[in-house]
Amino acid sequence: MNNPQLDSDGRLRHLLSIEGLPKKILNQILDTAESFVGIAEREVKKVPLLRGKTVCNLFFENSTRTRTTFEIAAKRLSADVISLNVNTSSQSKGETILDTVDNLIAMHADMFVVRHSQSGAAHFIAKHVPNHIHVINAGDGRHSHPTQGLLDMFTIRKYKPDLHNLRVAIVGDVLHSRVARSEIHALTTLGVPEVRVIAPKTLLPAQVEKLGVHVFHDMKAGLKDVDVVMMLRLQNERMNGAMLPSAQEYFKTYGLTQEKLNLAKPDAIVLHPGPMNRGVEIDSSVADGNQSVILPQVTYGIAVRMAVMAILAGGG
Amino acid sequence: MKIHIKNGRVIDPKNKIDSNMDIFIAAGKILALGQPPIGFIANQTIDASNLIVCPGLVDLSARLREPGYEYKATLVSELQAAVAGGVTSLACPPDTDPVLDEPGLVEMLKHRAKQLNLAHVYPLGALTRQLQGQVLSEMGELREAGCVGFSQANIAITDTQVLWRAMEYAATFGFTLFLHAEEPFLAKDGVAHDGEIASRLGLKGIPSAAEALALASILRIAKETGARIHISRLSTAEGVQMIRDAKKQNPNISCDVSANQLHLTEHDIGYFDSNCHLKPPLRTQRDKEALSAGLKDGTIDAICSDHTPVDDDAKLAPFAEAEIGATGLELLLALTLKWAQQEKVDLLKAISLVSQASAQILGVPAGNLSRNSDADICIFDAAEYWEISPGALKSQGKNSPFNGLEIAGKVKTTLVHGQVVYQFS
Repeated sequence: MNNPQLDSDGRLRHLLSIEGLPKKILNQILDTAESFVGIAEREVKKVPLLRGKTVCNLFFENSTRTRTTFEIAAKRLSADVISLNVNTSSQSKGETILDTVDNLIAMHADMFVVRHSQSGAAHFIAKHVPNHIHVINAGDGRHSHPTQGLLDMFTIRKYKPDLHNLRVAIVGDVLHSRVARSEIHALTTLGVPEVRVIAPKTLLPAQVEKLGVHVFHDMKAGLKDVDVVMMLRLQNERMNGAMLPSAQEYFKTYGLTQEKLNLAKPDAIVLHPGPMNRGVEIDSSVADGNQSVILPQVTYGIAVRMAVMAILAGGG
Repeated sequence: MKIHIKNGRVIDPKNKIDSNMDIFIAAGKILALGQPPIGFIANQTIDASNLIVCPGLVDLSARLREPGYEYKATLVSELQAAVAGGVTSLACPPDTDPVLDEPGLVEMLKHRAKQLNLAHVYPLGALTRQLQGQVLSEMGELREAGCVGFSQANIAITDTQVLWRAMEYAATFGFTLFLHAEEPFLAKDGVAHDGEIASRLGLKGIPSAAEALALASILRIAKETGARIHISRLSTAEGVQMIRDAKKQNPNISCDVSANQLHLTEHDIGYFDSNCHLKPPLRTQRDKEALSAGLKDGTIDAICSDHTPVDDDAKLAPFAEAEIGATGLELLLALTLKWAQQEKVDLLKAISLVSQASAQILGVPAGNLSRNSDADICIFDAAEYWEISPGALKSQGKNSPFNGLEIAGKVKTTLVHGQVVYQFS
């Protein structure tokens, strides 16, 4: 079974998940992103690395933020960008995913940025595209959201450069979260020695410890002495039902308040992939507080996505 | 038509035969083994030198997709696949469209299969109308129309009162129920074993407990009602132990395992290989070993192919959206031989698991080479390797998790009713 993300020379061919990527490639992306951070501050926010290339944002699931950041990233690299919300067009007419992809290939798309509600959708598309086309997973079901994982690593590295001496806690709905899976693999691959997950049992996948994390159900114990707190979004549909009794009870036990955050190291930073549910998983005072790096995450997200596209296009 | 099969190694589990001998066939029946009957002059002689001659295989679960899903497979394509795989009798589950809950449909299916003159088709009738788990089907009528047992296919009866009544009614007439043990609420939307791999891939899991819970209900009600129960496609170590314990007290229990489960685990899903989207899901190495041990010690009675041809388009989707199933009729023999070789099980036992044992469960006259029995025979080369690939399969369903595998065991000739219905060329 060949790694579908790498070509025969071990270079990145698609970005589908963090799992399965060597540390060297993760660092290559992060280092390349460093050089793109400054571009946004220039008068002309563009470099010509993807000039003449067509990047196609193929969103089978709604997203504003992720799609926008990918669009900006591609445009800053001078690519032509097409964004399609497929769930509102072809799919409702019965067209299959591959039909949609084939049509765009016929229009000479060079790169696909794919989001889909099913785990494995990006792998599926990557398996069927011709060799010269690259696929970037912008989120597939519960499986993976690699650029989010990478931008989180980029952010952590900015504030805590020595990854080998960090204690990181991921808090919330790990079960349904592609972000959590990407973060876990990124952290463990980059050598973070202690990764914790904090959640009630209903929001943890089976045998989660096999992903290389320590499991905590008590938030206070889990946050003790950590350097980084990575919050996860709690989807509305999980809040009332068999997973959780109510949003109020969730906030009480697993919502991040300043009081709970004080158990972490004094200089601990707080991340959140957005969009936030203020008062459900995170208190506004923490989200807007001085330990929060949530907005820098968004800024760095563009640089990281530029780096991924540039490397895939051969310009990294 | 008189046929002489000469120089073959005859393996007939029922009669405990494993030796080189000739077989003489006349008027569709096995006339003699060993010495020719006086005055026997063959119209046709089949040279089985270096080949194994065994009863035609009996498959406990093969979907033929007719009526209703002819774009996936047809009776013709799948019965040709059956005989190409040495399978001469098969039971088909009732989840066709329309569902096999009407005697007329069963008669039609039997009639069409008979006209084709390939493998024998033994339908399993729907246990409840429309498989909805509410109203019992007309089991007596369906039996008369040719059903050998009753099944819910993959659809569970959630109402235990209905399950109880169904078993009571079936027990009244001595019918066998073929049940797949999966608790539907725990399994809801699940597509893979609820364990490490599903967690990594972000796939919704089906816990092992789903099988154990369903089994607990079925076994308990079976004990209470005295119904004859066959558990189809067991998948967990715990399930094997539950059957082992139940069999000590209740002789009316039998069960099978799919050949897929004997060779594959959750790890084979790899990078979302939709050919591994199966029901029950592929489970862990430990489960696989327990299933194997269960087969060896007789807890599990037989191996089925769980043949489920799926059209290519239905598999061209992300894992969870890809349709469940894999082709299997033409792989049953080779996968059984491979299992036997790995587990050091002798051929007599291995072949029994896909012929005599299955025939006994179905209560059909097949799966042996006794004198005067129907000459349904499979002749194969146990040493010849072939590659499993879409092009090598007659089935219209080309999807297999084993695609690309080189495997030993090639069917050369298949006879049904003393007629050659398949000849490898």
